[in-house]
Amino acid sequence: MTGLKARPAYIAGVAETPLGKVLDQTELSMVALAAKEALGEAGMTIADVDGLFVNYMGEEGTVQVGEYLGIEPRVADSSDLGGAAFEAFVHHAMLAVAAGECEVALIAYASRQRSRRNRRPPVADAASLTAQFEHPYGLPAPIGHYALIAARHMAQYGTTSEQLAQVAVAARKWAALNPKAWIRTPLTVSDVLESPLLSDPLHTLDCCLVTDGGGAVVVTTPERARDAAKPAVRVLGVGQSHTHWHIDQMPDLTVSAGVKSGEAAFRMAGIVPADVDVLQPYDSFTITVIKALEDLGFCERGEGGPFVENGRLEPGGDLPAMTSGGGLSYNHPGALGVLLLVEAVRQLRGEANDRQVADAEIAVAHGVGGFLSTSSTVVLGRD
Amino acid sequence: MTDLYYGDPLSRAFWDGARNGVLVLQRCADCGRWQHYPRPLCLGCESTSLESVPASGLGTIYSCTTVRISARPGLEPPYIAAIVELDEGPRMLTNVAGDTARIGDRVRIGWRHRTDAPPLPIFTVDADA
Ligand SMILES: [Zn+2]
Repeated sequence: MTGLKARPAYIAGVAETPLGKVLDQTELSMVALAAKEALGEAGMTIADVDGLFVNYMGEEGTVQVGEYLGIEPRVADSSDLGGAAFEAFVHHAMLAVAAGECEVALIAYASRQRSRRNRRPPVADAASLTAQFEHPYGLPAPIGHYALIAARHMAQYGTTSEQLAQVAVAARKWAALNPKAWIRTPLTVSDVLESPLLSDPLHTLDCCLVTDGGGAVVVTTPERARDAAKPAVRVLGVGQSHTHWHIDQMPDLTVSAGVKSGEAAFRMAGIVPADVDVLQPYDSFTITVIKALEDLGFCERGEGGPFVENGRLEPGGDLPAMTSGGGLSYNHPGALGVLLLVEAVRQLRGEANDRQVADAEIAVAHGVGGFLSTSSTVVLGRD
Repeated sequence: MTDLYYGDPLSRAFWDGARNGVLVLQRCADCGRWQHYPRPLCLGCESTSLESVPASGLGTIYSCTTVRISARPGLEPPYIAAIVELDEGPRMLTNVAGDTARIGDRVRIGWRHRTDAPPLPIFTVDADA
């Protein structure tokens, strides 16, 4: 990786789209606004973009956003890793920038899944494996899949519903400090445990929000990053992997692809988990965070439950995590990964206001997609 | 119903078995490894010599969840969705009949009749299985 070290990549701009319930914009106009704002932070304009990294914005990946913004990219990528796609986009953008294939990479996404109520269930071809071997059993996607993962973790390691609930409580405490968070009212472990069970052992409040939102991220060269209006953040390490699509094909329900993505990203960055000042795990469900903590090596396998006790992830805790309030309380636009990057960068720049983690120098964004199927990890550092 | 109801020639032996009340899985003729779902090669040794063989229909619950929300027409919640680890090795998603099931429970195969498709393998908790 000496080549990459010689020519690193930086995130020079980030922005959220309008968030929450968005009735006065379309997905494309939301992306346009976020792109302009993120490029503005980078001291650039849309005309500077020569790499485009987009998915879930209509057919053909990047193409419709490209047309809408008048971008004719030299590098276009629509890797389909679900919620982990955006961390994978940073990976690919870093490689493209390092190789000189492009100089200004724009990563962008928006959805109005709340306004449209269209977290649409996939319509499977009757000949597909999913239609033959999964759909007939009525496992609700994705909560049923995560419920099977949580149930196995509890049986194998003694993880408790109270420990899962601690994750939701931590996210809510951070959300209380973020004016943009969707829900900021106090939350207790009892509130989570008393919320309706949807698919045992997961309750309503073990599950992420369904909101409108999205964001944009600009990845660029060291030279271009120097023009940025705000301090640029260096991409220190990246990694990605995936294990399965059908839940019965997951080799071990208690081990995610995050083991591989995290190991690769931390090795490239030359860090260990103890070096991480602030963590943005993909909190689609409370169990997803416990898996991230174990699989990224913040604790031993099976110790994720005890690890989240005593406020470890909360404001003032040893490992500040989900500092925006996360997908559980801040915003979850169907694919949360882009917002994990936005929050990680803001923490490293010291501009997170009431929720700022003191002296944050190393941040990790860990995207997860599908049914704990995909993982992509990005390590970012203050220069 | 045609023989290729699912349009998937690789799973034909599985569904033909289901019509006869037999769980038919692939076993590798070279390394002996069983696999589910059917593929044109063994994921263990990459041999293409695969046989479709009756399996015991016995297994152990690897994980399970009681589904309490409506997820599929014709399935009235609550019901149990589970991953069963078959004695031959492969795991399969399934339903477990009845109200209670726990990880580690022994299970035995049964069949759910369907009007629009071949019988569907499901399982029942059976301590003697
Ligand atoms: Zn074999």
